Amino acid sequence: MEQPTPDAAVLARRDEILAGLRRILPPQAVVSDEESLRAYECDALTAYRQIPLAVALPGSAAEAAALMRYCAEEDVPVTPRGAGTSLTGGALPGADCVMIGMARLNQVLKIDPQSRVARVQAGATNLSVSRAAAPEGLFYAPDPSSQLACSIGGNVAMNSGGAHCLKYGVTLNNLLGATLVTPEGEILEIGGEHMDAPGLDLLGAVCGSEGLLGLVTEAILRLTPMPEGARPVLIGFDSAAAAGACVAAIIEAGVVPVALEFMDRPCIVACEAFAKPNYPDCEALLIVEAEGSEAEIQEQLARIEAVAARFQPVALRVSASEAESAAIWAGRKAAFGAMGAMGDYICLDGVTPLSRLAEILTAIAAISERYGLRVSNVFHAGDGNLHPLIVFDANKPGDLEKAEACGAEILKLCVEMDGCLTGEHGVGVEKRELMSAQFAPHELELQMAVKSAFDPEWRMNPGKVFPLAAVRAYREAAE
Amino acid sequence: MTPVYREAEAALAARIAEAAASNRKFEIRGGGAHRIWGRSVEGEPLETAALSGISLYEPGEMTLVAGAGTPLREVEAALAARGQRLGFEPPDWRALLGTQGEPTLGGIFICGIAGPRRLRAGSARDHALGLRFVDGQGRVHRAGGRVMKNVTGLDMTRLLCGSHGTLGLVTEVALKTAPIPEAMAGLVLRGLSDAAAEAAMAAALGSPYEVSGAAHLPQSRETHLRIEGFAKLLPERAADLVRLLKPHGAAEILSCAEAGAVWREIAEVRPFVGKPGAVWRISLKPAHGPILAEEARALGGEVFYDWGGGLLWALIPEGEFEDDEAGASVLRGALARLGGGHATLLRGSEALRRRVPPFQPLAPGLEALTQRLRRAFDPQGIFNPGRMGA
Repeated sequence: MEQPTPDAAVLARRDEILAGLRRILPPQAVVSDEESLRAYECDALTAYRQIPLAVALPGSAAEAAALMRYCAEEDVPVTPRGAGTSLTGGALPGADCVMIGMARLNQVLKIDPQSRVARVQAGATNLSVSRAAAPEGLFYAPDPSSQLACSIGGNVAMNSGGAHCLKYGVTLNNLLGATLVTPEGEILEIGGEHMDAPGLDLLGAVCGSEGLLGLVTEAILRLTPMPEGARPVLIGFDSAAAAGACVAAIIEAGVVPVALEFMDRPCIVACEAFAKPNYPDCEALLIVEAEGSEAEIQEQLARIEAVAARFQPVALRVSASEAESAAIWAGRKAAFGAMGAMGDYICLDGVTPLSRLAEILTAIAAISERYGLRVSNVFHAGDGNLHPLIVFDANKPGDLEKAEACGAEILKLCVEMDGCLTGEHGVGVEKRELMSAQFAPHELELQMAVKSAFDPEWRMNPGKVFPLAAVRAYREAAE
Repeated sequence: MTPVYREAEAALAARIAEAAASNRKFEIRGGGAHRIWGRSVEGEPLETAALSGISLYEPGEMTLVAGAGTPLREVEAALAARGQRLGFEPPDWRALLGTQGEPTLGGIFICGIAGPRRLRAGSARDHALGLRFVDGQGRVHRAGGRVMKNVTGLDMTRLLCGSHGTLGLVTEVALKTAPIPEAMAGLVLRGLSDAAAEAAMAAALGSPYEVSGAAHLPQSRETHLRIEGFAKLLPERAADLVRLLKPHGAAEILSCAEAGAVWREIAEVRPFVGKPGAVWRISLKPAHGPILAEEARALGGEVFYDWGGGLLWALIPEGEFEDDEAGASVLRGALARLGGGHATLLRGSEALRRRVPPFQPLAPGLEALTQRLRRAFDPQGIFNPGRMGA
């Protein structure tokens, strides 16, 4: 895939720029030797790699602002990086980019149990927030599966979701404020420890903007009281359509479970071979988790069971203990590992309305057969956010391209079915060129105008989100 | 199926394109229920009434799509018929504002309104899945979509929500619905000071009992809490909460009907209805509530708390002097000293709303950014000019 052409003038001034960065930061906070830079050449989308010009690791918002000011003066593009767990190349640098890494800004600054708010530096991991809040009986609800490693700054950049967002919402719904360093190096405080920032919803615009609008150095997060308990039920079906209909029926019955996960047969088979969770032999299964007091869990699970009975389940196992809960979740949690054991894979992130779940799964099966690639589905069913995993062989010439084409076809189908390209992973580099399948030219143009309002010189995170040709045309027209 | 209001949308877009070319200005008008919010606008009326109708409702997906001009009442009735509601509890402020018109779906999202449940469920912006809108050049845009999760491209939906019609004409809203719990119960603590009430509300909200309302009425010294859930389990949960609150006082359990009436009063800001004066809606850190309340009382005003103390409603007398500002500098100054929060003048005389910025002025960097965004959406500034200030 084409990447923006690096600015030769910037590349030629590398030594000078490195010296400039070293005037702002302590020596160990500027990474410049090739071997160390290797660690920053890609994120979790490993198919694309590029060593950045340099990596700068600020230790404060003031240092980050000084770096941004310097890059503005020198007209050097900037790529922010949290923990590098993006699945879409959100943190893929250009050869002429100074990468600003958040690794030194990794502290949970404050947990306020009275207001149920946390103040967190952007490089702190998602899980560290919940750990810091746990003694107060609180946790940070959005829980992307990379939560052990991924950073809060990255979560804000991608508006990350997780398994529990059906009940608790995504990052957007749990973010109260952010410190944003503008591309010119100005520090803006958006929102705060109160609800609803004044004026236009700039926080909403920054959340999910994939590092295109500025650099987030700190976030103020809403914390949620921990539930008293949680237990899942596992339900097997003899068709994906029945499982999909059951999901809608559960929700329509007024039960909004905290998690509602779906696995199809290829995924069940792979997990069984990998982690031996002893899942039933069926076409599709749901893991539905209820939470609350013991009595509430029982009530919810009883209602879920009653609804599920209408769809002729081939298996139904209600967890009665911690051990049984762990066993039910074991396969689901091993799903990505299981697929990894089968080969390299691309993880898609399309969304469709729940009512078209069966339809899209049938279509995905047909597409995968046509490409001769194995595709399995495991996803958060309550919100229609699909994660088809396309297995390929990176060592086989052309196989990656084939897998990408297969993925593009699936995502376009999601859009055609009233869905979208990405539910929680972001567009990044990976889906940049597919944006034209979802948006009309004038819609992209207005989004690019919003980008320009924040970043008039387009220095932030080049090569992400917008199709390269559209960006060129927009910028030429603007000049 | 194409919604019935698409033709009306096309006609409005054509009118906007024409106006942009001839330097005309518009005042966007929904039902008029919130028309006195912000500064008065001079412009041709641009009515959304024809953008009416529910085009999609899938209870099993918790998704509804409707024209922006659809009466809120119609949406709520359709949801109630399937055991659902709008989770953010949009309140009816007509009695407070002295307006007559019908609240519309678009108005709720464009004004970014939420009621007492905001503390648990979020605000209107948290429930918007997508929008259709016309920009200042008359081009129709789709933002977001109708699915529950969507991070494709920059989030235009959030920018439009709460923009008070200053970025574009919203023509359609796709939103997330929520099931109506089987039962509701109220708890009341009596005789608490503001500070003691704040502590009691924090204790309740920090519990796992999913408290969906927490308000304090200093006039009657009543601190109200609300829980919702399964009918047969709610008494147990209420008892748990009573036990938890023991250090703060003896909580009394209200019946569903009593609690319903109390929470409607709080949502509709009934304590201030029929009383003259300016009404401020102050969003702040709960711990700062009692401090602002003292400032308001020193101005001869009265207050009450919602959102567990995160929302302070203040009624401040409007003076007759030409320079009267109904406490604007005092309240906003106190917030600035405390390091956060903002005060919105929700109700005030026309003269007061001209003298005092109804929306809290932003820091210079944020204001400059806001102006650049306005120009991106509406280069000629034809939509609701001046509504939000500068």
